[in-house]
Amino acid sequence: MPGITIRGITLATIAAICATLVAATNHLTAARIAANEQAWLEKSLEPALGGLDYDGSITAAKLVLEPPHDLPGDDAVIIYRVYSGGAPAAALFAVTAKGGYAGPIRVLVGIGAAGTITGVRILEHRETPGLGDGIEASRSDWVHQFDSRSLGDPPVAGWHLQVDGGEFDQLTGASVTPRAVIKAIRETLLYFDAHREKILTMPATAEAL
Amino acid sequence: MTPGHFIDRLQTGLWRENPGLVQLLGLCPLLAVTTTFVNGLGLGVATLVVLTCSNVLVSATRRWILAEIRVPIYVLIIASLVTCTELIIKAWFPALDRSLGIFIPLIVTNCAIVARAELFASRNGIAPSFFDGLGMGAGFALLLMAIGFFRELVGKGSLFADFHMLFGGKTLAGLVVVDGGWLLAVLPPGAFFSLALAVALKNYLDGKRDAAGRT
Repeated sequence: MPGITIRGITLATIAAICATLVAATNHLTAARIAANEQAWLEKSLEPALGGLDYDGSITAAKLVLEPPHDLPGDDAVIIYRVYSGGAPAAALFAVTAKGGYAGPIRVLVGIGAAGTITGVRILEHRETPGLGDGIEASRSDWVHQFDSRSLGDPPVAGWHLQVDGGEFDQLTGASVTPRAVIKAIRETLLYFDAHREKILTMPATAEAL
Repeated sequence: MTPGHFIDRLQTGLWRENPGLVQLLGLCPLLAVTTTFVNGLGLGVATLVVLTCSNVLVSATRRWILAEIRVPIYVLIIASLVTCTELIIKAWFPALDRSLGIFIPLIVTNCAIVARAELFASRNGIAPSFFDGLGMGAGFALLLMAIGFFRELVGKGSLFADFHMLFGGKTLAGLVVVDGGWLLAVLPPGAFFSLALAVALKNYLDGKRDAAGRT
């Protein structure tokens, strides 16, 4: 077909111009985007520390546990170790709660060095708006009932919803979602109890517990 | 072209051939993101910018683009513009980016944009194409904002929540009209009902005006 060369050249030229434009924009924005991502991560982790004072950044001493592990969920678990005055102060566990109404729920469980919960936050979920999304701290106080509680308060048998014979409130109109979240918290607490020293002192490069 | 023509182009986009209300183009983002006014405003402005730029570029290059390869070239131009817009939003409006998520890259697939490139910009000069993009983009953005406003008010009982996502500053709660709301409005069915109401309202107003014109 005559003229295929000219068409090819036109397409290639325009593709090159477009690629240059995108590359230039990427170059100008990359540093800002990376800084935003980091700031957003720190900001989304901080509430689970419950106002605890900490040294430097939350994400500096993170630990990644590849599956299989004994924590909730089948995904890799990230543990952010937080230090205060150089001493271990808390560990934040980003775990995946299964058994929710609509797919996995990413839960952040903050546990102080002594084993009490500093805060629980939901990182990601797809539960029903208006019902299951009450697990979000911005929608209801539900997650705050775990603040300052620990494995002895109440004992393990009490770490269930009231409808299941435990001590914690469910959400109005939704029990599947909170049940999944509370199970993940309970399992994380048990795990922390069993591996406390290792989790808090292990260097960030270690591979698995 | 006289100023009258430009105003006419704007009116066409904003009302007579509104991409959402009349052409029913770009409904996927329209239905998906309009849970709040701010989401509608954010995606509306992003679409407006991409549509105006793509119209100008398509119009400026129309003499060199041979008919057989025009569609891949439109796609290239639109995809590049959307990628640049996405990067800029990620860099300067990170909270808005979190809220709109996948719908920013999906502006590429908004058929309103490729439709204006094919139907208008490829056959008209740069200035009319610019005003066409502006009018169509503004028509789409205003519809997104109107539906966002309505769904947020009915579904959540609030107005203008999360304004800090666009303008920075401290978290603003927005106006809380009533506590809670009629949940259905923010769920997907509410989007269809809201759009249907908007289309019906437009047809009603047009019908009334036609009737007034005849008497």
